[in-house]
Amino acid sequence: MIDDMDKAIIDLLQSKFPVTKRPYLELSRQLNMTEADLMSRIALLKENGYIRRIGGIFDSRKLGYTGTLCAMKVPMDRIGEVSEIVNSYSGITHNYIRDHSFNMWFTMLAPSVQKVEENILEIRMRTGISELLVLPAVTVFKINASFKMKEV
Amino acid sequence: MLNALEKAIVYRLQEDLPLVSRPYEVIAEELGISEDELLERLTALSEAGVIRRFGAIVNHRKSGFSANPMVVWKVPEEKITAAGNVMASYSEVSHCYHRSSSSQDWPYNMYTMIHGQTPEQCEDIICRMANDIGVTEYERLYSSHELKKCSMRYFAEDQK
Repeated sequence: MIDDMDKAIIDLLQSKFPVTKRPYLELSRQLNMTEADLMSRIALLKENGYIRRIGGIFDSRKLGYTGTLCAMKVPMDRIGEVSEIVNSYSGITHNYIRDHSFNMWFTMLAPSVQKVEENILEIRMRTGISELLVLPAVTVFKINASFKMKEV
Repeated sequence: MLNALEKAIVYRLQEDLPLVSRPYEVIAEELGISEDELLERLTALSEAGVIRRFGAIVNHRKSGFSANPMVVWKVPEEKITAAGNVMASYSEVSHCYHRSSSSQDWPYNMYTMIHGQTPEQCEDIICRMANDIGVTEYERLYSSHELKKCSMRYFAEDQK
């Protein structure tokens, strides 16, 4: 389990990780702990799966990538098989089962619109599933997957 | 577009930052540049918005956010911008998009990802948002299984 200090660490680390020579030292000062203590706590949080990694999240469009959200109607007994096919695409980073007749929802990124269309066509053919929605973004109003631990 | 060095930096930052006192020194060495140059490039990439966020990526489900519904809304065209801005202002909303649909049988055009500790918490937010934007046609799709969740590997083709 995590304590209040861990939550404070998680909150601080999500926002503006320092881009300076000794980032952990800087953070530790803000948290009133030693650099070593902070690093041990971070190591544990990673080990226990609370923090996936510390790194960059990028604007896919600025990197020349495009993408879409998709949804499929997958029969319950085929979910394992179909998710294996869908998950095999490196550009498919999120895949969830949701409570709806359209039950498999995934996001896909690719270096071009053509590649996105190719992948979707391939998925249709390999799975034999025709009920597939393609829902590309028109406007992004918000994209900020930070989670405030203080409220947890 | 990014030059070769910038792509290499982006590629490297998709992995975990080393847990050592001077993590950027380690990465700079891997890339064959100086620590100062790396720090400069990182700052520039952030300012340009190429790096959207730099820091800890949290496993939200592990961290207590067990209710993560996607709510899909049918919003009249003329209300979309206003609705989008209202929904984005909620801290519980992590993502808000206006999307087009490939099927006439799927009429929803606004999508929000909402996160809370309990479904009740989320329901409260959803109701308030519906009221705020004046929309009655919406559906909530709670996730029951995470089949895949990882970060995108950009430029994997270039790094071989």
